[in-house]
Amino acid sequence: MSDRRPTNVDTVSQAAAEPDKAQPWKELGLKEDEYQSIREILGRRPTSSELAMYSVMWSEHCSYKSSKIYLRQFGEKVTPEMKKHLLVGMGENAGVVDIGEGMAVTFKVESHNHPSYIEPFQGAATGVGGIVRDILTMGARPIAVMDQLRFGAPENPDTARVVHGVTSGISFYGNCLGLPNIGGETVFDKVYQGNPLVNALSVGALKHEDLKLAKASNPGDLVILFGARTGADGIGGVSVLASETFESTGPTKRPAVQVGDPFAEKVLIECCLELFYAGVVAGIQDLGGAGISCATSELASNGGKGMRVQLQNVLLRDESLTPEEILMSESQERMMAIVPKEHLASFETIVKKWEVEYSVLGEVIDEDRLYINWGEKEIVNVPPRTVAHDGPVYHRPVEYPKYQDALNADGSKKLKRAESKTEVTAQLMQLISSPNQADKSWITAQYDKYVMGNTALAMPDDSGMVRVMEDSGLGVALATDANGKYCYLNPYEGAKLALAEAYRNVAVTGAVPRAVTNCLNFGSPENPEVMWQFKEATAGLADGCKELGIPVTGGNVSFYNQTGDVAIYPTPVVGVLGVIDNVARRIPSGWQDEGNNIYLLGTTYDELDGSAWAKDIHNHLGGQPPKVDLAKEKQLADLIHGASIQGLIESAHDISEGGLGVALIEASLRFNVGARIWLSELMDRDNLDLTAALFSESQSRVIVSVGREDDVKFQALCEARGVPVLRIGVTDKSGMIEFQDLADLNLNEVRTAWTKTLPELFG
Amino acid sequence: MKIGVITYPGTLDDRDAQRAIRLAGGTPVPLWHADQDLKKVDAVVLPGGFSYGDYLRCGAIAAQAPATQEVVRLAKQGLPVLGICNGFQVLVESHLLPGGLIRNEHQHFICRDQKLRVENTSTAWTNLFEQDQEITIPLKNGEGGYIANPDTLKMLEAENRVVFRYLDVNPNGSMNDIAGLTNERGNVVGLMPHPEHAVEPGFGPDTDIAMRSGVDGLKFFQSVLKALVNS
Repeated sequence: MSDRRPTNVDTVSQAAAEPDKAQPWKELGLKEDEYQSIREILGRRPTSSELAMYSVMWSEHCSYKSSKIYLRQFGEKVTPEMKKHLLVGMGENAGVVDIGEGMAVTFKVESHNHPSYIEPFQGAATGVGGIVRDILTMGARPIAVMDQLRFGAPENPDTARVVHGVTSGISFYGNCLGLPNIGGETVFDKVYQGNPLVNALSVGALKHEDLKLAKASNPGDLVILFGARTGADGIGGVSVLASETFESTGPTKRPAVQVGDPFAEKVLIECCLELFYAGVVAGIQDLGGAGISCATSELASNGGKGMRVQLQNVLLRDESLTPEEILMSESQERMMAIVPKEHLASFETIVKKWEVEYSVLGEVIDEDRLYINWGEKEIVNVPPRTVAHDGPVYHRPVEYPKYQDALNADGSKKLKRAESKTEVTAQLMQLISSPNQADKSWITAQYDKYVMGNTALAMPDDSGMVRVMEDSGLGVALATDANGKYCYLNPYEGAKLALAEAYRNVAVTGAVPRAVTNCLNFGSPENPEVMWQFKEATAGLADGCKELGIPVTGGNVSFYNQTGDVAIYPTPVVGVLGVIDNVARRIPSGWQDEGNNIYLLGTTYDELDGSAWAKDIHNHLGGQPPKVDLAKEKQLADLIHGASIQGLIESAHDISEGGLGVALIEASLRFNVGARIWLSELMDRDNLDLTAALFSESQSRVIVSVGREDDVKFQALCEARGVPVLRIGVTDKSGMIEFQDLADLNLNEVRTAWTKTLPELFG
Repeated sequence: MKIGVITYPGTLDDRDAQRAIRLAGGTPVPLWHADQDLKKVDAVVLPGGFSYGDYLRCGAIAAQAPATQEVVRLAKQGLPVLGICNGFQVLVESHLLPGGLIRNEHQHFICRDQKLRVENTSTAWTNLFEQDQEITIPLKNGEGGYIANPDTLKMLEAENRVVFRYLDVNPNGSMNDIAGLTNERGNVVGLMPHPEHAVEPGFGPDTDIAMRSGVDGLKFFQSVLKALVNS
């Protein structure tokens, strides 16, 4: 076997001896000034292995070089009050939030967009695998996943390929890991045709004392690689896939999409948790993008120490891999642990029990240097911080888009509004059965929501909710949102709107919002207009978080989501995590019983720009998105929490895409309970026409159902808290949803229209 | 009463099965696939999951595990054994139950609240149900299509060994709508749906009375405790 190992490798002494040797820095995605600064750092040309490491670690995906200067504000625009529940903030693999009872949760959302377009099944599967390892790395047991999917136009034939691949990939990997899939988003729009967005979120739970960090701080500790063997998959994936658009004509590179084995990951999870609980691991890092290059340099840099590594000790699937390929390989299901020597025997016992392979690569040293040898030959000799953390920082040009003013001036006022009863009925039916509002159970039924036995809420409720503590019922709720259309119209407000909606979705379940994660999906940062969108969106999100008093704990940036010159809508996916003292108190999104009063909370304005109504009925996008007042969102959230504590609310559903009309239908469909609705008082009070009353997407609004016996108390509570409240209907067992004097919709017929859309397109 | 729950590499619903046993009033005992020692348990549950990543065939590798071999030996002497989902596949691969389980007809993994009819109440795991009782418990599988040759099917029907049949919807193309089976003696039961996910109010399937309030699965575990007390 070993005779297949490459022997002709570029060494540090060769690099010193042949300073002028031409190197393929450009092909590896580096810019000339970046290559020069590597030479300056090292005082010589890099070896080919060093060049591989720097190129992959300094790629946009790993170094955040274009976004760094904007991401800082998530750390800056915070108050000490906001940080009081934060055990670990940004910069680690995932943020960690105290939830009480000695428990904490860690959560994060990450993109796997580019691989999921090339190879949807493996791209999406390994996206789930990667985010779950990030959560595990913090010392947590992963307890749930969610996914945020954006596909091209439903009628485009290529969309079915991506939808099938992505859905099966998530189903295959997530189900096999035994993690409940508790929610997410599915959006269709032609802007995502050549650039679907596949974001995956995971949440994990841990006791405070089990927190682990990716740090190698004790000289003498062993560096151990364990899990799957290293192969040729995903080599260069990070730098190639995340740095260039698909149409670029460079040299052909190695197959770039990784292949996942969820069984190996499940075993690795259980093995790691046993290692953590046994206390034998001093530091841990998962291997994702940039593989061993990333894990060694980050562990050493985080610990302020160095490392000596023998690369020939890496267990391989293919003995002919070159050292550069081994350093860059993104083979899945691998972890790197820092293990004190005295714990090696215990470590070995546990990994052998789980039949997980491992090899000792080297040890931590008391020196600011990462040395990597290939047999006798030294092939890497670098300061670890320069690889892991001191990458380039760009101040990319920013430019207000040329199209922006015309776009914002093109409002929805000119669109024809529904006037007759038949028109209203037709528009309601069209909206509820349009792919973006239609039932998503064709997708979500492919995911296991029951495993672990702690799922309190899942699709189609507004948040996913899982119990963390079995005795007390302590749990967490999670919701993610993004409205690309709103962000395209106004990225600053759009990002705030995504935050507001996710926050509201958590609040309506009775949980208290506590922390934020994000996945910022944008076009090319080399386009100044895209950078303007990014600058605006990050500012909007940071300002919004400060107003709401909940911190960003971590996140991910995905640039280059574009085909040719056409970028996706700016799509900052915002995830909000809430805490609930007892999940038994959770509130579902639909009416549970007949004879309850239906109340609309909040004020409705005539806000149809960027709405589902404008898009689905008139194929129009322009104007300004709805206004959002975060103080009102907070007030509303506090009200619902208070009402939930007192047990006054039977159901609560957030109003978003499709407006009040769609929200009411969804609430009826949830448990098949009918309702009679009257809109005249609302139209009078808020000065609205019918179309605005039904389809406006004004923010800070929720519909709730309240038992008659709690009516007085509930209304008094609303008044005391200053939240506008209006009774707009009553639930019944008619099997109909009746909009008085407007439309009589049979629930069975509505359900058929609502459920058949996705199966007809993709089934 | 001690009820063992075997964990194979890739098992997922082992802790759920342990919780179900606890809620039914039994004492769950975790068992490890590599240990032949079943710790003198009074009954065994083979839980759901993807043992060995479903490599080769679902349940095929787990059927060879030392713990499974011991289960097979003791089952033949009357030890109550319940195989859920992947556990059912292990029972079939171990030939404790006849037939096979193949990829769902529609090719997709499916997770749904499934209605079943209990057709045999004389097994160790169903004695608390009423004959032909309709129950709802979650189903979640990718390879749950039950198949058998015509003679086997005829024999199963004639001997009343179909314990559960799918109602309303056949979710995976199973022959004769078969959801679960028992052996001749009635101590071994295997089924694709997951009774351990319908044992606790708030976390089970929806019912007409309240959301997520379905606890029909609890009776499986209460039944075996009763059978053990009576034996």
